[in-house]
Amino acid sequence: MRTFDPRRYTGFFTITLACLFILYAPLAVVAVYSFNDSLSITRFEGVSLRWYQDVFFGLEAGKFRTAAWNSFTIAIMAATAATMIATAAAIGMVRGGNFKGKPASFALISMPIMVPEIVTAVATLIFFSAIGFSLGYVSILVAHIVFCIPFAYLPISARLQGIEATFEEAAQDLYASRWNAFRYVLAPIMAPGIMSGFLLAFIISLDDFIITNFVKGAGVETLPTAIFGAVKQGIKPDIMALSTLLLLFSILIVTLSYLIGRTGDAKNPE
Amino acid sequence: MTNQTPIAAVALRSVGKDFGDFTALKDVTFDIGDNEFFTLLGPSGCGKTTLLRMIAGFEATTAGTIHLFGDEIETLPPDKRPVNTVFQNYALFPHMNVAENIGFGLKMLGWSKADIDARVAEMIQMVQLGQFVHRKPSQMSGGQQQRVALARAMAPKPKVLLLDEPLSALDLKLRQEMRAELKSLQRETGITFIFVTHDQEEALSMSDRIAVMSAGEVQQIGTPEDVYEHPANRFVADFIGETNLLEAEAGTVDGQSVMCQFGGSSISATTTGAVAPGQKGWLSIRPERLTIGTALGEGSIPARIGQTVYLGTDTQVMAHLEGGATLGARMQNTLAGADRLTEGADIHLTVAPGAARFLVE
Amino acid sequence: MAAVGGGRTVSSAFAPIRLWLLLPSWLTIGFFLLIPVLLMLVYSFLTKEFRGGVIWEFSLAAYDQFLFDRGLFGDDPPTIQWTYITIFARSIIQATIATIMCLLIGFPTAWYIATRPASSRAVWLFLVTVPYWVNLLIRTVSMKFLIRENGPMNEALLGTGILDAPLQLINTDFAVQLGLFYSYLPFMVLPIYAAVERYNFALSEAAADLYASHWTIMRSIVLPVVKPGIIAGCILVFVPSLGAFLAPDLLGGAKNFMIGSLIEEQFKGQAGNWPFGAAASMILLSMVLVVLFFYARSQAREQV
Repeated sequence: MRTFDPRRYTGFFTITLACLFILYAPLAVVAVYSFNDSLSITRFEGVSLRWYQDVFFGLEAGKFRTAAWNSFTIAIMAATAATMIATAAAIGMVRGGNFKGKPASFALISMPIMVPEIVTAVATLIFFSAIGFSLGYVSILVAHIVFCIPFAYLPISARLQGIEATFEEAAQDLYASRWNAFRYVLAPIMAPGIMSGFLLAFIISLDDFIITNFVKGAGVETLPTAIFGAVKQGIKPDIMALSTLLLLFSILIVTLSYLIGRTGDAKNPE
Repeated sequence: MTNQTPIAAVALRSVGKDFGDFTALKDVTFDIGDNEFFTLLGPSGCGKTTLLRMIAGFEATTAGTIHLFGDEIETLPPDKRPVNTVFQNYALFPHMNVAENIGFGLKMLGWSKADIDARVAEMIQMVQLGQFVHRKPSQMSGGQQQRVALARAMAPKPKVLLLDEPLSALDLKLRQEMRAELKSLQRETGITFIFVTHDQEEALSMSDRIAVMSAGEVQQIGTPEDVYEHPANRFVADFIGETNLLEAEAGTVDGQSVMCQFGGSSISATTTGAVAPGQKGWLSIRPERLTIGTALGEGSIPARIGQTVYLGTDTQVMAHLEGGATLGARMQNTLAGADRLTEGADIHLTVAPGAARFLVE
Repeated sequence: MAAVGGGRTVSSAFAPIRLWLLLPSWLTIGFFLLIPVLLMLVYSFLTKEFRGGVIWEFSLAAYDQFLFDRGLFGDDPPTIQWTYITIFARSIIQATIATIMCLLIGFPTAWYIATRPASSRAVWLFLVTVPYWVNLLIRTVSMKFLIRENGPMNEALLGTGILDAPLQLINTDFAVQLGLFYSYLPFMVLPIYAAVERYNFALSEAAADLYASHWTIMRSIVLPVVKPGIIAGCILVFVPSLGAFLAPDLLGGAKNFMIGSLIEEQFKGQAGNWPFGAAASMILLSMVLVVLFFYARSQAREQV
């Protein structure tokens, strides 16, 4: 007879493997086919880097380069602004004592996550057109800042909740003004949370398709809208190469964020 | 402030604090002298930490005033008050090393780099942490962190040092060592210490004076001997040390001495308050002030031995009086084979002179 | 009371400047999202202009069009218009099926990860979260590439002789469900993982001691305890699935239209009917708010 283990259920391991298989199989297949030395996207005919060359120097390279530039600059600016706004908000919410409108304030800050993305997209488009704001680079940036705030807010406020209030009290007790208490004590201890918040906001901005698609106007493309446009004409091998590059970039970012999270934990064991 | 009496380090006048409906502190008024080792002692929730946090500036008063060496401070934010705190969990900044932690207050006060370095070196020597200067708090033991916290709070030369249960996180051995060290540090520096604790042994062994608190009010202020020997009320007698508390009634009163009736027995006790014959109250007798003898002596009470508990250095004896009351006594185990202490044996209890105390609630 | 007296109250070191800390977020989101949503509500009651945009004239046409068919010129007697109701119903069904799929796969996965030793748990969790960080569009395109009629999956199945005719997956309901499942699976795994990790396994041991069988323990002890995590996971999957655009658009084809595509078409596509798109968005938003409202209420009840 087998001993009783309340943690063990037959079949759960198999399902976990199946789950990981479903998650990774499509990505793996695309990554493999991006090295396919053939115009046909169905048959694998030897390894080559020709489609990567195509992404950088091919006919559509200019379009992709502009789209990538837009995507990265918008993501960096949107994530920076959202992180600053979210950091201030997190300190106000977590370290601001109890106040009457706290639940309402939390609801407002989380609104961009609660509202379905397509609804945010529609509302933003209507708003910009109603106030006569011309659609393009700036409208995308503004929409991304708003959308990224709660994604930056969540890890930052979670981190802040884990930091004991005695740290800032000790700083103020040692003659630090409120600003110095933040600058020299709270900010360095919060840093891993702020960094995770920034990276999450950065990825969210970089990934966004729906909102961008609505507010981009004519002529301005980001990588997702450019890829979507290309895919509508069929999945070509150069799109697979581009996708694989983005995939690697995402894995790089998530690994970075994972490592930052770990060092943060080691520094502040409680 | 007035004439000859020296200005108090901290003067509290009618200080109160409400958290919504809950009253954390009620009408607290007393002075803490310069160079004093002053302890706020009480069970958790008695308001002692709240009072300390109000002196530090982390909590606003809802009534009364706080003066620091004659200056009114309760409107100042914490960073404008010349007092420093040693926190219960130390609150050492995890991203700074020992030297940076100790120098933080000086940096915020705008000291020059050279002055900071000199003072930090001085403090590090004071707490004997020379080899740890570049360590981070997480790489140090609890006792070492405690010393860093102490050095950090003392570096800016505060007028008053506030200590919020600083020893509670240490193990027993270390705690006893630190008591002596804190006491001598206070003597050497001459800084006023305000020490918060729930541990009466800590309070008795270190303090010049103790304020015993309960339910947001100060119950008694006095020297350790005062509060132990002459408790002002039942709470103080019960909270500090071990005692026999018996419901009693005052008989004849003669100045500070009163004849008490309890459970069919009577005994002469001291008292501080005005007591009228017939008044109900409590009789407090410390167990170590009872001696067990076989012969009838002056003022001795006949009793029968009940349960005994062997405790190493001494033995706890429950003695049943003829009237039905039970008193706990402590006998030092100086002699082997205490055959007198067999259960059911008849004995005589003698109360040391002045050891019985009558408390009017 | 003791806790209050002990000074462990809500930290308020920054309370005096709270307003200045919160104002940037309130203004940004209030001005660029709350007001726009209210404006969208107004637009849903306006008259459409033909090449997109609106005429500022009150009209119930958008909501009327949603429910009733009044013929090409709008003067026939109204009959119930099933087209849009069907699209909404299909969206709810697709999102529900995707949620159930996520739960059936996600729960055992979350359970398995949460019961690993602490050292390897982080690695498993990392493996499950990585795909979430990969661009949703790329993931959906990859899925489309994989399950196409002459894609690698069918090639492999035909090549190994498991099948003798290619599987027709693409442009089916199942493809959409698979896409939604694939998009939002990590949202199911993470909250359930958090709940299982907090679960006190002594409860299971106590139940076993009282003669409960393995699966009885799961049903009558574990599930009630970790239920809040399961509900949170279901909501996190259901809500975005309901308004999803990419999976139905890329994997479902024209026949498997969902709300997201319907709305998109009013603004970006041929239809160009802004009030109708705004009305459809409002209906979608109301549905989501109802779900969130019941969720918040059940949460509040748990806390009491």
